[in-house]
Amino acid sequence: MTYLTDVAALTRKDLRVELRARDTLPAMLLFVLSTLVVFHFALPEGTGDNAAYGLLWVAIVFTALLGLARAWVPEQEHGVLDGLVLAPSDRSAIWLGKTLATLAFLVAAQVVALPAFVVFFAPLDLTALAGVLLADIGICAVGSLMAAMAAASRSREVLLPLLVLPLAIPLIVGGVGAAISPEGERYLLLLALYDGVFAVLSWASFEYVVTE
Amino acid sequence: MSTSSIRTLPGLAALAAGLMGFALFLAFFVAPEAAIEGVRQRIFYIHVPIALTAYFCFGLGAWKALLLLWRGDERYDLESYVAIHQGTIFGALTLITGSIWARTSWGVWWAWDEDQLVLFLVLFLFYCAYFMLRFSLEEGPRRARSSAVYGLFGVVLIPVSFLAVRLAENLIHPTVFTRDGPQMTGVMFATFCIAWAALTLLAYVLYRVELAGKRIDANLRELREVLG
Repeated sequence: MTYLTDVAALTRKDLRVELRARDTLPAMLLFVLSTLVVFHFALPEGTGDNAAYGLLWVAIVFTALLGLARAWVPEQEHGVLDGLVLAPSDRSAIWLGKTLATLAFLVAAQVVALPAFVVFFAPLDLTALAGVLLADIGICAVGSLMAAMAAASRSREVLLPLLVLPLAIPLIVGGVGAAISPEGERYLLLLALYDGVFAVLSWASFEYVVTE
Repeated sequence: MSTSSIRTLPGLAALAAGLMGFALFLAFFVAPEAAIEGVRQRIFYIHVPIALTAYFCFGLGAWKALLLLWRGDERYDLESYVAIHQGTIFGALTLITGSIWARTSWGVWWAWDEDQLVLFLVLFLFYCAYFMLRFSLEEGPRRARSSAVYGLFGVVLIPVSFLAVRLAENLIHPTVFTRDGPQMTGVMFATFCIAWAALTLLAYVLYRVELAGKRIDANLRELREVLG
């Protein structure tokens, strides 16, 4: 039980920091909306819905990267991470707290972005929405671990997309497949498998990347 | 690495070179011409073993990474890094030979519906990012552990990406290995196995040579620091 209390406390801390500073969420929102507008002009007339679905996934991944790049900045700036690592709780709770907070920001950005996508481009069915949610979980789980690794490096902003993009390719396959394939459920299965495998792996390995 | 294991290296290297030459001889002069593809098919004896060797190197790198995280012994860091380095080189060779095969068979340098090739492109990007990560972290136990974690992610990414690429693409890759066993004659299969053994041995020798070089380099640096 204490593990869950720790995770809840860490998530609450991130949400409260965001509520006071408003550093991340407005940036993500503005970014995803501007990207959608850019896509309108990038797609030639008569390209069809499939291209729009593909570009939606580009927008989702890059919005997530924007959020992830900010994820460990408060911890870095004030030496909070050292304190958290020293705290008498399981270190994986830090990862889970960060993953949940980032997921909350990403879903919040999509609550605005997806209706905008439907209005601007093409409809989304229930399978497509499930695909978005599953892919969000996967990219936040993997991304918050990668962001912690990148934050300790010399070239953090440059490094994060390089680390995450190859890992995000199965998520994009799953997400696009769920949106356009008549057999969308198979792609949801792929996404669920990805989430399960990589969440466990990230959860188990987080301790190794934050301890000195 | 002890001096005795370095002494076995020239012998191993000669064996790898001999076996490689023998495999090339078999592939070009002994193995029968493929019925449909003709002489172009002979690149199969190089391309597929290189790909399998790259997987072997990535697997070895991940195994050493796991040992590092598990036992905390610093020497596994270098071993894991060198294995992944070899894997990336063999991965690049897979992309090049695969591209040549695609050009001769289908007339295009790149085919997105060729699963294995796309998978190798994803892996190649992933392992290039491994080097970016490694070289932008300060040297020390934390770099060793972060690299190890990323290396472990790589071997998990292989099957997941394979599944994703399979789902995403049509299958026009010539399926040589099926559930009914390989669709090859005995000589072809023997040639393939010898080429595979030769390339695996070659990769292993290269791994040992680079490891020995890196260790000597590290020792030398340590000595220089001591002598001031």
